[in-house]
Amino acid sequence: MKKSFKVALIGILTGMCNGLFGAGGGTLLVPSMNHILKIEQHKSHATAIAIILPLSIISSIFYISKNMVDWNLTLKVVISNSIGGFIGAKILNKFTDGTLKLIFGIFMIIAGIRMVFFK
Amino acid sequence: MIIFIVSLISGIISGMGIGGGTILIPALIIFFNIKQHIAQSTNLIIFIPTSIVALYFHTKQGNVVKDVLKNLIIFGIIGSIIGSFLAVSIKSDMLKKMFGIFLLIMGAYEIYLSKKEKAHPKQM
Repeated sequence: MKKSFKVALIGILTGMCNGLFGAGGGTLLVPSMNHILKIEQHKSHATAIAIILPLSIISSIFYISKNMVDWNLTLKVVISNSIGGFIGAKILNKFTDGTLKLIFGIFMIIAGIRMVFFK
Repeated sequence: MIIFIVSLISGIISGMGIGGGTILIPALIIFFNIKQHIAQSTNLIIFIPTSIVALYFHTKQGNVVKDVLKNLIIFGIIGSIIGSFLAVSIKSDMLKKMFGIFLLIMGAYEIYLSKKEKAHPKQM
């Protein structure tokens, strides 16, 4: 497969996922860049942020134009989420044995089952 | 108050490179009974200021790869328009079920990664 085709496919899937679910673009984009486009892990991570930023702006416009936004909630979340993000980045390298990923993977599975099968 | 704690925790997790929105969105829905679309737009909007700050540091360190950037953004925008158009056209309950399926896949992927990390711990 030609590289330009791979890039187009990765881009479209990332954008669709980010727009449809409001999340997960990075989870798709970082390993794709790393394994398919052969870009180093930390560079993939940084580049993914530069790509998902404009995509999130575009998607936000759609949700805002349909009035599907709660600004009061968004403001509350943005403040504590950024403080948390800063703390998380600082302690990043202290947990590398996979335990945290396992815990949150299980959380996602439970939440997923609840959302699919229960009201 | 509890909303601050939940988003603080989700921020810490995303800062550590796990999930982010895939933790915050279900947490908002399950603990606070927030509608699917609202939870999704919250996550999209909060990503904007957070990523601008992160990007400032990454660009300074020269970690952003320029050669694939433009095309990934162009095709990404096409995908975003399709995805967001679909999202705002789908009923909240339906979107919630679709998101649930997406979470099951992402959760399985995180568990797969955790096994890989256990087998090959990163260098400190």
